[in-house]
Parts: sequence; C-alpha cells; structure tokens
Amino acid sequence: MTAVSARAPALTGPTPRGGRTSSSTWSYVFLVGGLVLMVGPFLWMVLGSIKPESDFLQNPPTFLPTAPTTNNYTRLFDQLDFPRFFFNSSVIALAVTVGNLLFCPMLGYALAKLRWRGKRLIMGLVLATLMVPAGITLIPNFILMSNLGLVNTYPGLILPFLAGPFGVFLMRQFMLGVPNELLEAARIDGAHEFRIYWSVVMPIATPVLATLGILTFLGNWNSFLYPLVMAQEPQMYTLPVALATFATGQYQADHGMLMAGSVILVVPVLIVFILFQRWITEGIATTGLKG
Amino acid sequence: MTVPALAQRRTTAEATSVASARRWREDLTGWAFAAPFVILFGVFLAFPILASFILSFTSFGLRDLANPIGATFVGLKNYLDLFGDSKFWTSLLNTFYFVVVGVPLTLALGLLIANALNRGVTRFRTAFRVGYYLPVITSIVAIAVVWRFLLNPDVGLVNMLLGAVGINGPAWLADPVLAMPAIIAMAVWRNLGFAMVVFLAGLQAIPASLYEAASIDGAGRWQAFRFVTIPMLRPTILFMTVITTIGYLQLFEEPFVMTDGGPLDKTLSVTMYMYQQGFKFFHQGYASAIAYVLFVIVAFAAFLQFKFLRSDA
Repeated sequence: MTAVSARAPALTGPTPRGGRTSSSTWSYVFLVGGLVLMVGPFLWMVLGSIKPESDFLQNPPTFLPTAPTTNNYTRLFDQLDFPRFFFNSSVIALAVTVGNLLFCPMLGYALAKLRWRGKRLIMGLVLATLMVPAGITLIPNFILMSNLGLVNTYPGLILPFLAGPFGVFLMRQFMLGVPNELLEAARIDGAHEFRIYWSVVMPIATPVLATLGILTFLGNWNSFLYPLVMAQEPQMYTLPVALATFATGQYQADHGMLMAGSVILVVPVLIVFILFQRWITEGIATTGLKG
Repeated sequence: MTVPALAQRRTTAEATSVASARRWREDLTGWAFAAPFVILFGVFLAFPILASFILSFTSFGLRDLANPIGATFVGLKNYLDLFGDSKFWTSLLNTFYFVVVGVPLTLALGLLIANALNRGVTRFRTAFRVGYYLPVITSIVAIAVVWRFLLNPDVGLVNMLLGAVGINGPAWLADPVLAMPAIIAMAVWRNLGFAMVVFLAGLQAIPASLYEAASIDGAGRWQAFRFVTIPMLRPTILFMTVITTIGYLQLFEEPFVMTDGGPLDKTLSVTMYMYQQGFKFFHQGYASAIAYVLFVIVAFAAFLQFKFLRSDA
C-alpha cells in the first residue's frame, strides 16, 4: 500500500496536460457516486428494519421511517426462532473455520516443503477440484448423510466443508515462499518435522492463517445451497436458509420482518469485515495475482 | 560369483536399504501431514464427484435413498432425456444470458473503479475499498431479499426514484423481459468489488516506468491504458474472467429468492433446475446428469478462456 501512495503522485505529477486536479476530481466524483449506489441498499435495509408496517403501505413509499420501531426485531425473536438460527450459523461457520485452519496448512506444508511419494497426485486432485461446481457433490453428500443418519444434524452440515481445496491452494502458495534455510536450521538442531511445522512455520504463517480463517468463516456464514438441502427441520436452519424460506413462504410480504432478518444476517459479517478488511482484500488480491 | 563381487553387492544393498528406509520415513512424514485433509477430501469431495457421475446413469429416486447400491442403471437415458427436455434448454439459455452479459459488465466496472482508485486517489482510499467490497462479503440471500423490495413496483426505492423524475417504473421481477436484466444488475452490483480488489492489486504491480516511457513517447491517457495497462493486466483479466464465469454459471440464490425461476421460466437457472429435480421431485439420477452437464460446461468455459485469452497478444 505504501509503495503505491508514494508512486501515485510521480505517476500523475509529470503529465504535461496538467490533469492532476481535474482528473483526480473526476475520479472522486465517479467513485463517490458509485459508493452511494453501493451503500444505498444497505441503508434501505437498515431503515426498513425499523419502519412500522404502515410505512410500507404508503404510495409513494417513505425513505425514512415515520415512527422508528423495534417491533420487527421483537417479532423475529418471539414468533420465529432467530436466536436459534443465529446460533446454528455461528456453530457451523466456526467449526468449519477451525477445521480448515487445522487441515489446510498441514497439507499445504507437505505439498510445498516435504518429499513424499503420492505428493503430485494429491496436489493434482486437490487443485483440480477448485473449480468443480458445488452442485456436483450436493446429491451424493445428501445420500451419504441420510444413510449415516446425519441429515438435520451439525456433523451433517459441518463435515463436508472441514477440508476445502481453496485453503490448501492458499497455504501452499504461502509455504512455497518460506525460506528453506529456516527449516534446514531447525532440522540440524534435531527438531522433528512436526515440531518445525508447529513452532517455526505456523508462527510466521499467522497473517495467511488470518486471511484463510476470515474467508472461510464468511463463506460458510453465507453458505446457502447445501444447508438448504441438509437442514430440513426448522430447528437446524441457518440464517440464510431461514431468511430465504420465510422470504419465499408465508412471510413474503412482511417487509419489516424480512429487512430485520437481513440485518441480523449481514451485521456480524460487516463487523468482521470492517475489523479485518485489510486481511481480506489483500489476501484475495494475492491469491488473485498468483492464481 | 567371486567373493569381492558379493561383498560389493552387500554394501550397495545396504546403501539402498538405508536410502529406502529414509525414503519410507519421508513418505510417512508427508502422509502424516496430508492424511487428515486427504481423508476428509476423499470422503466428502472426491468420492461424491465420482458418485454423482455414476448416479447420472441411474434412475435414482426417493425409494433408493435407503439402499443406494440398489438403484437401477438406465445407461444414457438421463442424458438423452435432458436433450429433449425443453425446460433444461431454457435453464441453459438463461444461464448463458446471465454469464454473457454479467461477466463483461462486472469486469469492466471493476476495472473502471480500480483504475479510478489507482489514479491519484489517495484520500478515503480505505473507505472506497470497504464500500465497494461490502456487497461481496454479504450473503446473497440477504441481498436478494433487499433487492426484491428495492425493485418492488409499488413500494420499492427504484421506482420511487424513477417516479421522482416522472418515469413510471415497471414491475421489474414480474416482467419476462426485465426480470433477468434486473438479476444481472444485482449480480454485477454485488461482485464488482471483487474484480476491483483484484484489478487494483494488478494495477499496482505495473511499474511506473512503463507509464513514463509511454508518456515520453507521447501517449495520452487512453493510449497508456490501451497499450500499457491492458497488456500488463492480461493475466489478471484472464484469471478474473475464468473465476467470474465459473461463479456465474452456478447462478442459484438470486432467482431462488427473487423470482422462483419465473416469470415464465425466464430466470430459471441450471443449478435451480437441478435443485428442483433433485429435491422437489426427487429425481436424483436425473439431477446428477444436470449437475454433470454443468460441470462439463464449466470446465469447457475455463479451457476456452485459457486458450483464447492467453494466446492472442
């Protein structure tokens, strides 16, 4: 980031057309205009969630709530089981995140830094599945889970995602950049391979692990198709499944309640994102470039 | 065989056995690291990919659920049926429409914003990045619910704003012609932030000296963009095209929440049709064939893009 801000003036400074102010002014106008369009729907969602039902019946509609209310939220908690859905989403997303943080770096390390027979095969298989559509595994996993009696259970919703190929790809990219001298030094000191991994490699991998953890959490918090199939009893619904079910079912005209439900689904993600946005965008940019 | 020759053989044998013991130790360590992932990967990803291929040649249905091995093989019947299934063709066409319009729009807007950000914008950089990226990390379900209300003909914000300038806005999602464009607009809105972040990183990797050289040669702003930025970004553009196409080919949540595939099946996507066949009608053999056709299309699209976007310079 710093390298760029240092370069930006040099880039635009010497242009003979003296475009610096005018061109960057246009950039700002364009970007701010776009930003309004990007943030607008979120604002509409939050405002909608505190509008009384009567505000939605007016034509033309009001932008601001006439009499702000928490009624929509209390209905979500009293009439529907949103605390439960929130809990389900959290448990699943956290468990999957922990699994990926454990298993992906291990394989990533083995692929980047260890010599073993079968390595090329495993690498080829894992990377080949990166672009496989999610729909492919849906039906067999559903059949598998229903034969194991795991439909409508946490293991049924968690197990298939504990080991994601994206994490292996990300971690391998990182591990390739770890200097061999560092590992050799530890080997000469007599450290066992697992010890090297745990006390030499993992500490320097913290930033990548943070990126992987955040991306995995977000991806699974928002996941829809698989939980839609695997959580058939309302008590196992995740937030997206609950929201989509109510939005396409009996509550489809209940603006206020659906907006409040959307807020509950979106806000935790916004907090995670605003706190960790640097890891997310930089992690994505890095994998994007190296991909 | 002479004695020295035998001794010679013994030592090489010992050497190879030491080497092979070491080799075994290395294999053991490697597999110890790989095993937890590989087991989970094998059971829940690799095996299902194979299983769904096999399923696509069976008439697997609800009654086979308790005894999957007993499903009846029907050969190519599912694929032949798909060929004559007009609803499948509709879903395929809709999905292509979504991809062919949506991908270029997403990338072009992402690049435009990245370029604007990269060009002398030093203040509020983080605010812009966060703002444009916000929808990318947000649940598509939540976005689709909110957009459904935004596009509501009677109480939606879009038609309210159109009304303010004297335009009588249409019933977007209930109109067979406008429903897909509305879904495309929403998808572009949601995903351009991802393209922006990746393109921004790509732009920042272009050496400033190239622009200086171009400017010395008398290149204007557009020419610098055309002859420096675009060629230098080629790998990033390729990557983004492939990733976005693969993602867009799997269109599902948006029509599921916003239109249920309607009006008149105009927003029915392939994944949605697969879901309906597999989990509404429980034709899981047939649904597996749909999934596999989509898989082949995804792989083929990626292959084509690598081939064409890479070669011509």
